Amino acid sequence: MDKRLERILPRVQKPARYTGGEYNQIIKDKNKVDIRLAFCFPDTYEIGMSNLGMSILYHTMNSLDFVWCERAYAPWGDMYEEMNRAGIPLYALESGDPVGDFDAVAFSIGYEMAYTTVLDMLHMAGIPLRTSDRPGLLPLIFAGGTAACNAEPMAPFLDLFIVGEGEEVNNEVLTLLRTAKLSGWSKQDFLVKAAQIRGVYVPSLYEVSYNEDGTVAAVSPTQGAPARVTKRILSDFDKAPYPTAPIVPSTEVVHDRVSLELFRGCPRGCRFCQAGHVYRPLRAKKPETLVRQGIESLQNTGHEDVTLLSLSTSDYRPLPALCDGLLEYCEPRSIGLSLPSLRADNFSMEIMERLQKVRKSGLTFAVEGGSQRLRDAVNKNVTEEDVLNTCRIAFAGGWNTVKLYYMLGLPTETDEDILGIAEMANQILHCWRVNAKYKNRGVKITVSTSCFIPKPQSPFQWEAQISLEEYLRRVNLLRSAITARNVTYNWHDAETSLIEAVLSKGDRRVADAIEEVWRQGGRLDAWTDYFSYERWIKAFETCGLDVDFYAHREAGKDELLPWDHIDMGVRKEHLWKEREKAYRSELSPDCRHQCSACGAARLLDRGFKCDE
Amino acid sequence: MSEKLRLRFEKTGRAVYISHLDLMHTMQRAFNRAGYELKYSEGFNPHPQIAIALPLSVGAGSLCEIMDFRLKEENPDLAALPGRLTAVMPEGIVVTEAYLPVRKTAELKWLRVEGVFEYDERDPGEMAAGLEDFYRQEQIVITKKTKRGMGETDIRPGIRELGFTAGEGLVEVSAVISAQEPTINPELLAEALRQLKPELAPDFAKFTRIETYDAGMQVYR
Ligand code: SF4
Repeated sequence: MDKRLERILPRVQKPARYTGGEYNQIIKDKNKVDIRLAFCFPDTYEIGMSNLGMSILYHTMNSLDFVWCERAYAPWGDMYEEMNRAGIPLYALESGDPVGDFDAVAFSIGYEMAYTTVLDMLHMAGIPLRTSDRPGLLPLIFAGGTAACNAEPMAPFLDLFIVGEGEEVNNEVLTLLRTAKLSGWSKQDFLVKAAQIRGVYVPSLYEVSYNEDGTVAAVSPTQGAPARVTKRILSDFDKAPYPTAPIVPSTEVVHDRVSLELFRGCPRGCRFCQAGHVYRPLRAKKPETLVRQGIESLQNTGHEDVTLLSLSTSDYRPLPALCDGLLEYCEPRSIGLSLPSLRADNFSMEIMERLQKVRKSGLTFAVEGGSQRLRDAVNKNVTEEDVLNTCRIAFAGGWNTVKLYYMLGLPTETDEDILGIAEMANQILHCWRVNAKYKNRGVKITVSTSCFIPKPQSPFQWEAQISLEEYLRRVNLLRSAITARNVTYNWHDAETSLIEAVLSKGDRRVADAIEEVWRQGGRLDAWTDYFSYERWIKAFETCGLDVDFYAHREAGKDELLPWDHIDMGVRKEHLWKEREKAYRSELSPDCRHQCSACGAARLLDRGFKCDE
Repeated sequence: MSEKLRLRFEKTGRAVYISHLDLMHTMQRAFNRAGYELKYSEGFNPHPQIAIALPLSVGAGSLCEIMDFRLKEENPDLAALPGRLTAVMPEGIVVTEAYLPVRKTAELKWLRVEGVFEYDERDPGEMAAGLEDFYRQEQIVITKKTKRGMGETDIRPGIRELGFTAGEGLVEVSAVISAQEPTINPELLAEALRQLKPELAPDFAKFTRIETYDAGMQVYR
């Protein structure tokens, strides 16, 4: 180990996250590989190691024998300062070698607030931030993840983006990179060829022009790059690569457990939800595949918890069979099984009872909108009756905490809708009084609100966000309406949401502000410890960017959106239709009842269809 | 109920940064991976019955860690256990022995430790001589955190043997120190210098536990 590092580690908080050496890490002989890749997660080790996508792609990329893929995470502040002081560059955990010496650096970017950390990690590795300042082929800097839904704000920094699911396309890019490296291609030659791979977006091959009003006039491909980049998906999701021997962290991370992915995509189509649209088409794994993968992973990791991941767990039809299969293994071994994102409307009493034997946690409902009318408008198919029914069963079964999540500022929201939130909390309280098994334990109802953020590639991508003042007004309205002692109200600050809105809907010009924030010391912006609203606002000003233009302006129907050349599967016309239905408070059926031909199914290979 | 069993294991290399609490979890998962079922305590919040004798501080290595545990199965094959566990350990943890303990952990009294004091700019020969002198004192009273806040402690009685050898850019330290009652953390050997003789204080110090002894300096198992 680096002598300088050895001196620092005993001084920093939780040093085990900076050393590598965990069980199941992949070690290769660096002299026997052609491509050394640093797979970076622009957040802390604890967050990154809990990310299933990282784990899957670490294994798929390492399945290429000419590639050694290692991991790197952003150090927490104390370690960051120590590394800077000692002059230690960002290093990869497996080998301890500097990331700046690698052939490729890949980032998994799942949220906008990670953007400054991407720049920071490049800088820590000694790599110039902008693709235009990196004339050589190596290192190739690329990224994937949901940030690809609108890659523009990060476009000047990345040589290429992976659009969609990376299991196959990453390896195609790395194979091409190997050829390029071994045959001495220029960076330009490589990028032009890479742009021909399905699911690869090379921003530097697209010229962007703007209208006088600041909107995008045209995004023009050059050098044979496709006019629209269509995302990649795995058609046969049941056979999708899944690592049953993932790395087991030697220190506590956010999710110390086995995660099973039931399906990709979501049948619901909530109109504010980006994930619900960009992961379509809907594909499921067979329960027997999941049971096998779960048991193998538990055996190989020694974890004592397993969780079912998906956007809407209770929509997984064979859920009872899956739970039976897993519980048969878990129960005798005291292994916990948790099912997040169960929906209120088809909450299964039987499953709840069985889980209760193993572990009992609070009830969580993402209600999102305060009235039935608003919930219909956003296509969130939860009724008050569903929530109350579930609560009744739960309270009778001895549960006594309920968490309710809402968004304020959803399109069409009125004050009446907001008051409906307090109303529902009261109804739940009443329901507890009538049904509670253990009244002496009391009940705890928590209402949380966050500010709605319009997201690219969702039906609300054209929407404006409400202003900070308006959000606060709505918060105060709700605050004064919540009076019961057992009901707690938490509201998230809207400042982060505002910055997120600008970054979500931004175009390429926003890149300057991201760089400026980083120059002023911004990193780990997803953490309230580090996020500075003032720093962002100042950076937008310095760069001559208008926050209102990006966050608070409604886009026109025919406006070319900065991300329109990225095709995530669901067609723009479908998104618009959904938006119009929102204003009529009209529901759309979920995929299970009726396919609304969103367009995503055309991405499936012949012979495959949506898991309707 | 199955008997109490004891493991001896090494914790070196990158594993020295795994904290005591994390090590407990790591052990628990390693037993799961190796296919052993640890016995859990009874009660409201059952936890596996494992106990690591003398918690190591983060950054310190060891060739002689001791951990007691119980398995659900009766009469496990103790000869196979070290190999099976080591195969599923993170880098740096090696299980060397598994046996039925005959002695209580309270009988563990002395620890042999080896370490280095690194000096970036000072002459190791001079330093070694100075260190010998310093530690020849009858009393070495330092301020350290105790159970009742900061307090004065004489660490000298807890040091049974101590030797210094100059090397390149460093002084090698070899010591036998009290493992419990009182617990002398070898890091205190450097801390005493920082407090009382800064000109001898190393730029960096690290230690590895080498062997465990009882009160009569017989090897403790
Ligand atoms: S194509 Fe139809 S079934 Fe498939 S995701 Fe779209 S709406 Fe749902």
